Amino acid sequence: MGKYILKRIILIPLMLLCSTFVIFCLVNISPTDPALIILGSDATPEAAAQLRSEMGLDKPLLVQYANYIVDAVHGDLGTSYFTKNAVVDEIMARVPTTLKLTFGGIIFAMIIGIPLGIICAVRQYSWVDNIVTTVAMFLAAMPTFWLALLLMLYFAMYLGWFPVMGTDDGVKSFVLPILTAAFPYIGHYLRYTRSSMLDTIRQDYVTTARAKGNTERTVILGHALRNALLPLVTITGLYIAGLMSNAVVVENVFALPGIGLLVLESIKKKDIPMVLGCIIFLATVFLIITLVMDVLYAYLDPRIKAAYMKAKKAGKKKAPQEKEA
Amino acid sequence: MARVKKAKKNSMMREAWRRLKKNPRAMVALCFLVFFFLVAAFADVIADYQMEAVKQVPLDRLQGPSAEHWFGTDNYGRDIFARIVHGTRIAILYGFGATLIGIVIGSLVGTASAYFGGRVDDVIMRIVDVMSTIPTLLLALAIVAGLGSGLPQVVIALAVGQIPNFVRVVRSAALSVVNMEYLEAGKALGANHLWLISKYVIPNVISIILIQGAMNVSFNLLMGATLSFVGLGVQVPTPEWGYMLKEGLSFMEGYPHLVVIPGICLMLVALAINTFGDCLRDALDPRLKGKA
Amino acid sequence: MNEKLLEIKDLHIQYVTDEEVVYALNGINFSIRRGEAMALVGETGAGKTTTAMSILRLLPKYTGKVKQGEILLEGTDLLKATDKEMQDIRGRRISMIFQDPMTSLNPVIPIGKQIGEVIALHHKKMGKAEVENKVEEILNLVGIPAHRKVEYPHQFSGGMKQRVIIAIAIACNPELLIADEPTTALDVTIQAQVLKMINNLRKEFNTAVLLITHDLGIVANFCDSVAIMYAGEIIEQGTLEDIFDHSRGHHPYTVGLFGSIPSISDHKDRLSPIPGLMPDPTDLPKGCKFHTRCPHCMEKCKEGEVPTFVQGTHQIKCHLMQGQATDGGV
Repeated sequence: MGKYILKRIILIPLMLLCSTFVIFCLVNISPTDPALIILGSDATPEAAAQLRSEMGLDKPLLVQYANYIVDAVHGDLGTSYFTKNAVVDEIMARVPTTLKLTFGGIIFAMIIGIPLGIICAVRQYSWVDNIVTTVAMFLAAMPTFWLALLLMLYFAMYLGWFPVMGTDDGVKSFVLPILTAAFPYIGHYLRYTRSSMLDTIRQDYVTTARAKGNTERTVILGHALRNALLPLVTITGLYIAGLMSNAVVVENVFALPGIGLLVLESIKKKDIPMVLGCIIFLATVFLIITLVMDVLYAYLDPRIKAAYMKAKKAGKKKAPQEKEA
Repeated sequence: MARVKKAKKNSMMREAWRRLKKNPRAMVALCFLVFFFLVAAFADVIADYQMEAVKQVPLDRLQGPSAEHWFGTDNYGRDIFARIVHGTRIAILYGFGATLIGIVIGSLVGTASAYFGGRVDDVIMRIVDVMSTIPTLLLALAIVAGLGSGLPQVVIALAVGQIPNFVRVVRSAALSVVNMEYLEAGKALGANHLWLISKYVIPNVISIILIQGAMNVSFNLLMGATLSFVGLGVQVPTPEWGYMLKEGLSFMEGYPHLVVIPGICLMLVALAINTFGDCLRDALDPRLKGKA
Repeated sequence: MNEKLLEIKDLHIQYVTDEEVVYALNGINFSIRRGEAMALVGETGAGKTTTAMSILRLLPKYTGKVKQGEILLEGTDLLKATDKEMQDIRGRRISMIFQDPMTSLNPVIPIGKQIGEVIALHHKKMGKAEVENKVEEILNLVGIPAHRKVEYPHQFSGGMKQRVIIAIAIACNPELLIADEPTTALDVTIQAQVLKMINNLRKEFNTAVLLITHDLGIVANFCDSVAIMYAGEIIEQGTLEDIFDHSRGHHPYTVGLFGSIPSISDHKDRLSPIPGLMPDPTDLPKGCKFHTRCPHCMEKCKEGEVPTFVQGTHQIKCHLMQGQATDGGV
C-alpha cells in the first residue's frame, strides 16, 4: 500500500512538469508582446526591448520555462502585469471561495444524485425511474451558465430569497452558486450510479446473496451497494475537477471572487503570469485530487489493496492479480 | 477474408439503421436535427442578416414577442428571432465543426501512432496522456489566452480538447489491424500502407467514433456557448446564442425573454443530439441497452 | 425415503423481452425424494439452469415469467409463496451451489462473513460467537483452514472458492441442495474432490441433491436417477439403471448423447456426435422438438404433442416407444 502511494506521489511532479509545459507553451503562443501590454501600445521600441530583456522574454521558450519552474518550486509564480502583486498571493486570496463552491457543489450533487441513482436502478423501468432519468437528461443538456441565469432570475430577482451577486451575505450568497454548480453533476452522479448499480445487481454474487434468504433490502444495501459505489470514487475525482473548472462560469455569473473569475479577468487583460499561475494551480489541484481518489479506491477495494500489500511484502509474487477469471 | 469482414461491417451499419428507424425517440431527435440544419442552411432566406440580425433599431428596443418580432427584440432593438436563426450557424460550427476537426486530426494521429509504433508511438501517447490530465475547459482557456478570443480560436480550442480521446480510440483499433495478415498481402501487392490501414481501420472504429462523437458534439456546443458567454468567444455584433445570453443578463429582470429564448434553443439542440447519441449507441451496440 | 420432497408439475417458463419470447421450459415434470440425488442432463440452453433458478424463484425479475405449472415443496406451491416465506426457504430448506465460483462470491466481503451471514439469517437466536464457531466448523468440513475466514474471495483459488460456496450452501443443513454444474469451472482433479465432498454431505445429512450437469460420467458415479432435457422438455427420465442400460430402448437424443462420449470399453473408430444444433428457443419446431435432428424422424413426429411412454420408473417422450411401453399420457 505504502509503496503504491509512494509510486503515485513520485509520478505527480513528472506529470505536473509535462502538463505545465503544455500550458506554458499554449499561453505563450500569444502574438501580442507582453512588454507592450505592460507599457501600453505607444511605448518606444527601446523601452519595450529593455523591459523584455529584464523579464527574460528575449530568451528561448525552453529557458523561460525552466526559469519559471525553478521560481515556481520556490513558491514564486511571478507578478501580475497590472496589480504588481505576487500571483501566489492573489490566488491564495481567491482559493477559499472556489473551494466552498466546489466542495459544496460536489457534496450536494452526491447527496441527491447517488440515492436517486440507486432507486432508479432498483426500480428499473418504473415511473420513478422514467421521470428521474428524463429530468437528468434535461439537466445534462442545460448549459451551466443558463441554469445559473434562470436560478438567479427566479430565486434572487423575483423571490428575493438570495442575493443576486457577490459574497456579502455569507452563507446565503453561496446557495445559488452551489446549486448551479451541483445541478449538472446531480445528473452525472445519477446516471453513473444507476448504470453501475444495474451492472452490479446482475452479478452472480447478488444472486448468491438472494439465494441465502436475504431480504431484498439487505441484498441491495448490504451486497450490491458497496460494489456499485466503488467506481464512483474514481469518477468523483473527475467530477471535482469538472466542478472546479465550471467555477469559471459560475463565479462569472454570480460575481464571486474566486480563481475562476480571476483567470477570466486575467485572460481578457492579457495578464499572462496571472493566467498561467491560475491554470497551473488548478491543474496541480486536479492531479492531487486524482491521486487521493486512486489511493482511496485502492484502500476500499480489497482486491487492489491486497495486491499492493503483497507487492510490498517482498515482491516475490509476480504481477498483482487485480481480477481473477 | 477482407471482403467478408467489410461486408459484415456494412450490414452492421444497416442493421443499426434499421433499429434506429424503429425507435421513435431517435426519429424525433433526428427530425429536429434535420430541421436545425435546414434553418442554418436557409438562414439568409428566413431573415436578412444585415437588416434584421445585426442592424440596431433604437426605437424598437426591448420589445416582447409580437407578430412582427416573434421572439421580441433585444436591448439594441435587433430582432431576436433573426439572431437565433443566424446563431444556428455558429452553433453548428461549435458543435459539429469542432468535433469533426477533432475526429479527423485524432484519427490521423492515432493511425500514424499505431502504424509507426516504437518511439513515435511512445511520444504521441505520452503527449496524449499529459493533455488528458488537463481538464477540457482549462485547456480551452489556455488556448484562448494564447491565441486571443474570437470565433476561430474557440473552435480550435474545442477541437484540441477532443483530440486525445480520439487518438486513443483510433490507435487501439488501428493496432489490431496493423499486424493482420491481409495487410501483409496488401504490402506484397505494393499497396500504399497508410491507405490500406485507414481502409480497414475505419470500419472498425466507426461505431465508437459515432457514439463518442455524438457525445462530444453536444459538449462542444455547450462549451462554445459558455466561452462566448464569459466573453472569450465571438465578438459583437455576431449573433451567437451564448453571447446573446450574456447581453441579456443585464436586462433579464424586466425582460426575461432575452435569456429564456436563446437558452431554450441551446438546450433543445443539445437534448436532441444527446437523445440521438443515446439511441445510436443502443442501436450500434444492443448489449449496452438500458445502461446509462 | 419414499416421501416426495420436491415435485415439479407441468412447468412452463418463458423469457419475455420487447423483441422476442424465449421458450425456456415447456412443461416439465419430475420429483425428488428425500436423500435422493437426481441429475438433470442436457446441452447448454436446454433449460437446466432455468429449472434450478425457478425452484428458488430467482429468475430475472423483469423477463423471467412462469406461465403455468406448480413447484411443490412437501406439497406447498413455492410459486404461490410470499416473498417472506421464500426468504425463509432460501438458504435454509433449499440452497444452491452456483455454476461459476469466480463470480458467485462478493469480492468485498471476507468469506467468513459471507458464510456467517446465511447462518445468522436462519438462526436468529444464535449469538455472534456461536455463529463464528459454526463458520469455523463448516470451513473445516469443506476443507478450508478456519483461520482463512478473514480473507477475501480473490485470495482463494477456483477450487477453494467453490468450497466456500458449498460451505454457504450447506451451512443450514438444507433439505434440498441444487448444484448447478458445480464442477464445470474447475480442474479435473478438483472436480472429483468437490463431488466427493457433496456426496459425503449428502450421506451425512440425508440431503436431496439436484445435480445439473452435462457430464454423463459424473452422473454415473454420483446419482440415483436421471432426467435428460432437450429444448425445455424432459425427454427421458428414470433411475440410473434405466438410463445407462444400453440394451433398453432410449430416446434417440439420449442415444446420441451417449454416442458423443468416448468409451474405454467399446472400441469405436470415431465418436458419433448428434448432427445439427439445438433449435432456436424463440422459434421451436412443431411436434417433437428433436425431430429436425432425429435419425428416426417419422411424419407424425413433425406435428402435435408427443406422448410420454412409461415403463416402470423409466419414462420416454418419443413416438418410437409406442408398442414397447404403455402410454402414460402427456
